[in-house]
Amino acid sequence: MATEATKAAGEAAAPGMPQLDFSNWGHQIFWLMVALVVIYFVLSRVALPRIGAVLAERQGTITNDIAKAEELKKKAADAEVAYNKALADARSEANDIIAETKAEIQKDLDAALAKADAEIAAKTSEGEKAIAEIRENALESVKVVAKDTTKEIVAAMGGKADAKTITSAVNARMKG
Amino acid sequence: MATEANGAEEGGLVFHPMDQFIVKPLFGGGEVGIFTISNVTLWMALAVLAVIALMVLGTSRRATIPGRTQSVAELAYGFVYKMVEDVAGKDAVGFFPYIMTLFMFIVFANFLGLLPMAFTPTSHFAVTVMLAMLVFLTVTIVGFVKNGAAFLGLFWVSSAPLALRPVLAIIEIISYFVRPVSHSIRLAGNVMAGHAVIKVFAGFAAIAVVSPLSVVAITAMYGLEVLVSFIQAYVFTILTCVYLKDALHPSH
Amino acid sequence: MEGELAHIGAGLAAIGSGAAAIGVGNVAGNFLAGALRNPSAAASQTATLFIGIAFAEALGIFSFLVALLLMFAV
Repeated sequence: MATEATKAAGEAAAPGMPQLDFSNWGHQIFWLMVALVVIYFVLSRVALPRIGAVLAERQGTITNDIAKAEELKKKAADAEVAYNKALADARSEANDIIAETKAEIQKDLDAALAKADAEIAAKTSEGEKAIAEIRENALESVKVVAKDTTKEIVAAMGGKADAKTITSAVNARMKG
Repeated sequence: MATEANGAEEGGLVFHPMDQFIVKPLFGGGEVGIFTISNVTLWMALAVLAVIALMVLGTSRRATIPGRTQSVAELAYGFVYKMVEDVAGKDAVGFFPYIMTLFMFIVFANFLGLLPMAFTPTSHFAVTVMLAMLVFLTVTIVGFVKNGAAFLGLFWVSSAPLALRPVLAIIEIISYFVRPVSHSIRLAGNVMAGHAVIKVFAGFAAIAVVSPLSVVAITAMYGLEVLVSFIQAYVFTILTCVYLKDALHPSH
Repeated sequence: MEGELAHIGAGLAAIGSGAAAIGVGNVAGNFLAGALRNPSAAASQTATLFIGIAFAEALGIFSFLVALLLMFAV
């Protein structure tokens, strides 16, 4: 602009307002109309439909994406429900197994206890039998001793006792 | 912006704030005829190319996830589209390419004019008056075509008392015909004023003492001008929408 | 002599720019006051704000234009 300014300064004292120089209005208006027509056709034929299409497409994509996200969310919720269900199932199964095992163990325990009881009972009765035998033997021994003693005593007293009488007497005494 | 004060030896500052608006042929001298290639042609062509670069080349990839240029193009599209829809109404969407053309041309002419050494087509009344007349004629024709004689109801304020209506009608008619004047002078005036003020400040830069202040002032004015460039394009467009709404729904 | 008078007139017309500044300040200030009272409605009214500022600004520009005309065209 410097050259222009110096030129203008040299040429004319005051050019006034170039805007009010009506001689070039036709020129400006002509080129303005050319520019506007070009822009109008470029915009209305190419640019605006394209941008509108892109925006619409994006809107569609966004809507689709939102729908997809919604679907995925639902899927996730379903999965969570399934997971919870599986968890509950597993838990109840585990409880079942525990109960079963417990029952089995109880059964085994009971059987073992019963067996042990039976064994103990058998042992006890055996012991009792042995004790009874021992007692019996002892009783026999006592009888023998008592008979011998009685015979001796009777003999010492000068009597002659026959075996049969002594035996019956001792037996009668032992019973009483 | 070059320093315009070349008259320091003459004992004073010489300002030529209006020289930047001179229309001159690019090739050779002589008169500016209708078809001459001048600086007007050049900067309008640059504005057209910029619009094409942004709106056509920028969107050529048609990406669903837009890049930078495409984002700007979509932003401009959405901005003007929403303005037309909100201000002028849904049935004005058919005028959207027309309004978009006006907006894009003014915005790019304004912004390109802010480049140093640039010429600003929108600072010329020839250009803005033509733009405003286009809007005015469009609005008037559309109003009469769509509404017939009912369009004249725009000037007959039925909500006012009967005695006042003729007076109001005269005022309304005057204001209707002043519309293109204010519409065009607002745009050209704002752009021209900003550029001229920057030039005046640049003239002061010839004085060594004042020059730092002058540079600061130019910077501040430049920032304001960037804002004004956009706002004036916006205002021109939105007023077009308002006028269009009057034409489509003249229920006053 | 006529040129000097035109320059004085231009200076007087430039007062209009200051008046426009007052007008723009009024518009913006009132908008801000309203926006602080009802912030939710502020966003929808920015278009109106800009239109109001543009109208006020335009009148200042007219006076500036008169000044320019007096400076350069008379």
